[in-house]
Amino acid sequence: MVKMSNSNTAKDHIVLKDVHKSFGPKHVLNGLNLTVKKGHSMVVIGGSGTGKSVMLKSILGLLHPDSGSILIGGRDVTGMKGAKRDEVLSHFGMLFQGAALFDSLKVWQNVAFGLMQGKGMNAKDAKEIAIEKLHQVGLGSDVGELSPAELSGGMQKRVGLARAIAGDPEIIFFDEPTTGLDPIMADVINDLIVDCVKRLGATTISITHDMASARKIADDISMIYKGQILWQGKAGEVDNSGNAYVDQFIHGRADGPIQMDVFKA
Amino acid sequence: MNFLAPIGNFTLGLLAEIGRIFIFAWEAIGRGVAPPYYWHQIGTQMLRIGYNSLPVVGLTAFFTGGALALQIYEGGSRFNAENLVSSIVALGITRELGPVLAGLMVAGRVSAAIAAELGTMRVTEQIDALVTLSTNPMKYLVTPRIIAAVLTLPLLVLVADIIGIMGGYLVGTRSLSLNGGAYIKNTVDFLTFGDVSSGLLKAAAFGFIIALMGCYHGFHSKGGAQGVGRATTNAVVSASILILAVNYLMTALLFTGK
Ligand SMILES: Nc1ncnc2c1ncn2[C@@H]1O[C@H](COP(=O)(O)OP(=O)(O)O)[C@@H](O)[C@H]1O
Ligand SMILES: [Mg+2]
Repeated sequence: MVKMSNSNTAKDHIVLKDVHKSFGPKHVLNGLNLTVKKGHSMVVIGGSGTGKSVMLKSILGLLHPDSGSILIGGRDVTGMKGAKRDEVLSHFGMLFQGAALFDSLKVWQNVAFGLMQGKGMNAKDAKEIAIEKLHQVGLGSDVGELSPAELSGGMQKRVGLARAIAGDPEIIFFDEPTTGLDPIMADVINDLIVDCVKRLGATTISITHDMASARKIADDISMIYKGQILWQGKAGEVDNSGNAYVDQFIHGRADGPIQMDVFKA
Repeated sequence: MNFLAPIGNFTLGLLAEIGRIFIFAWEAIGRGVAPPYYWHQIGTQMLRIGYNSLPVVGLTAFFTGGALALQIYEGGSRFNAENLVSSIVALGITRELGPVLAGLMVAGRVSAAIAAELGTMRVTEQIDALVTLSTNPMKYLVTPRIIAAVLTLPLLVLVADIIGIMGGYLVGTRSLSLNGGAYIKNTVDFLTFGDVSSGLLKAAAFGFIIALMGCYHGFHSKGGAQGVGRATTNAVVSASILILAVNYLMTALLFTGK
């Protein structure tokens, strides 16, 4: 696991300050604050539709916050565009919730995409690295020649993972890496994430509502609720958080302070 | 005075949409001139847009040329002008019907296909994934499609012109018993370079419209499969209307100034 003993002295790698984001009348992020230390694995837990994906997309610049600021390695990247944004993104890897593989390309071309298009590597070298990354996530070279539509959900997630780590990024985001997978495949993915992160020494934010996954990959855990971070602590503290919201969530109880908007549109 | 409000809203909405489309086109073309260039994408798209549209465009042109010959023969016979069939078919096909019909048929095929493809990429986050892999989706997806369509449509229309005139020839000689040699001679003598090139110019403009509408609506689709369906419909409808409107404008500009 990616535990770091010197967490107090580690530098802040990703900092979100008072980030707000609305879509029309709908307030999704309501003054969200989050700090992730360099080389740490932060897991963000929270219910569906609480703004977890919106938070990641805001950090990546895929969505633009209405207010607040986002710092990466001390540099303010809020509202950054064009070549500067590309430079920032070249240090990122992202595993999307639905894997988001390019279905017009073969599996190896998906994994090699960032190397070839983003970094201008030639096809032969990029393919070699892509095959190596596929091996790292437990897929053989033969899978590289398939198209994404021919793969199962678990395999697609693994290819997405291989694509996310292909450029040896400093920061990796995992958006619900185990959702929709059977428990055994979920655990395989968890192990792969822990393994990849250890190998790269990367800073990561993982989003999940799978507590088994959270316990396995987290150094720190934050809980998001109604667009704010409601609780944050070490992974080991989550069972004794003393926070009624966190308790309700990790035990999956229907009654408690969190009211599901099941009757709303 | 309440009835003015919806009209005002509609007008404002329309103007805003037109503004967004202009910005989109600028992002794709104005900034598209800077590297990187995706040659391979342009080639692939030219094949998809052009080669795969040949059958439908060819058939459309063939039957239209034939029908035109019949009409002109029938109408012309009222004042003994049957011998004008060949030249009017050639003029009608090259100046108007070739580009417009090819444009509309390709709008149905290609705008829809582009909108569905980019729309699916949008709702499955593939476009977001492109950005995170340091690739500008406008340059990678939109610019090559627009360039390919602008280059391909004139070629398609040239084929449509030839097949349309052939359709007129076949109907004229087989069922209207016009003289084949005279038909061809009249066509060749009568047709000018301007007739053909004006049609090809129109075709390039229609190609731009087709790809732009497909990309714009696909790129901005949201809300899952239903959203993609809506984007597809909007792309075809807006491309078709724009083609007809721009065709009128170009006809007015190209032919009435002389
Ligand atoms: N591009 C968008 N346009 C409008 N609404 C959005 C958009 N993206 C997300 N939302 C809304 O924001 C809320 C939070 O979404 P999201 O962050 O995806 O939730 P989750 O925590 O499950 O990842 C949802 O209600 C969603 O409908
Ligand atoms: Mg999500």
